Parts: sequence; structure tokens; C-alpha cells
Amino acid sequence: MGLIQSVIERSGIPTVSVTVCKELTAKVRPPRALFVDRPFGYPLGAPSDAGLQTSIILAALSLLQRQVGEPLIVDF
Amino acid sequence: MAHLSDLKLTYRIYMAAYRYRQFDWRPGAVLAKPLAESRIAIVTTAALHRPDQPAFDESIKGGDWSYRELPSDVDLSSLRVAHKSDAFDHTGVETDKNLALPLDRLRELAAERMIGEPAPRHFSFMGSIPAPGRLVDQTAPEVAAKLRDDGVDAVLLTPV
Repeated sequence: MGLIQSVIERSGIPTVSVTVCKELTAKVRPPRALFVDRPFGYPLGAPSDAGLQTSIILAALSLLQRQVGEPLIVDF
Repeated sequence: MAHLSDLKLTYRIYMAAYRYRQFDWRPGAVLAKPLAESRIAIVTTAALHRPDQPAFDESIKGGDWSYRELPSDVDLSSLRVAHKSDAFDHTGVETDKNLALPLDRLRELAAERMIGEPAPRHFSFMGSIPAPGRLVDQTAPEVAAKLRDDGVDAVLLTPV
């Protein structure tokens, strides 16, 4: 996913990803990622928990206005 | 926290041998307008597809580099998850597609004027593509061009 993100960012559109695995994200080094402390398969927290999903989305989108020169990984 | 060590042994061996490819995205783009005026698209690697679209093909050596377009008004409950691997727990996404493709949440955020609007199209990939040549050279640039055609201001990417 980091590769797709990097290609889109390079094309001029700002991107942010959600990740549940810092080890993977640290290796692929995409521009911006929000780390969510959940298992594989649960990137937006929990099914049918709209409040948590929305909080994660807003936290991720808030990173878009940050110009990054190096990969940015922020904890949710 | 999810660790690579959470994966089953066969997948850990696979990931240990995985040659992570990076793509130089610098200098990077920045969202120059307020979120409340921004058109947001989702790109997911949850392998979601509509019932009338072909499923992703897990038998392709090196990974299925194709993608599916999903219109913004797609019926989330109708979507299928093509990932058949047992590397992770699928039940959450099967229960609530918003866990990977949060279109209901984007619609709510647009109604509350927290974002401008969801983009007209969103995109789904397979993920776990050990030979990403055609992904990087062909399908990812194609999706980037479609996002630009749609006037997308920013993209949220979600794995599974």
C-alpha cells in the first residue's frame, strides 16, 4: 500500500495512510501515516463503531496539511 | 499493536524474505485548502469489489496488481472481500466495510461540513504484492491520473 501511496503523492496529491503495523510502515517509508494500535484487519478501529472510525479518519486527515520532507508516522 | 510476528509462520517466512520496495515520493504534496473544502478519495488494499466486478486473483504469481473502481454511492453491504488468505482476521471488514472503506463516515463528515465531499470514485487494490513492477509502472499511476481527473484534493489510504 505504501507504494501506491507514494505514487499518488508523487503525482501531486497529498496522501495519508492508516497503519496497524509500524514495522511495515517503517520499511516502506510513505509520506504520512497514522499508527492505530489495532490488530491486522482493523485499520479504522472496530466494526460498527462510527465514533472511533471518525476519530481515526479526522486524526489521519489532520496530517495532510503538514508538508513533509521525510516520512511522518504519528500515533493515534 | 500488530507485529509481523502476529502472522502465521508461513507468512512470517514470506515477509522475512520480502524485499521492500520504496518509491521516491519527494518533495511531497501538501493540502493547500481547508479540509472543509476538500474532496477526499479513499484507496484501500482490502481487496473489496462489487459483485459484478471480477474478484482479485490470488493465484497470480507476484500478486494481482489490478484495481477496482468503486463509485461513491456504492452499496457497502453488497461489496465482497476477495482476500481469502488466513494471514489476518477478515471478520471485522466482513461485518462493517467502513472498517476499510469508510464511505459512510465520509458522507457524515461532509454533511457536518468537516470535509468538502467524498470523491466520485474510490479505488480498491489487493495489497501484498511481492512483485510490484506493474503496480508501480501501470496501475498505481493510472489510479493517480483518475484521482486528478476527479479533482481529488487528498487521499486516505487504508490497509487491512
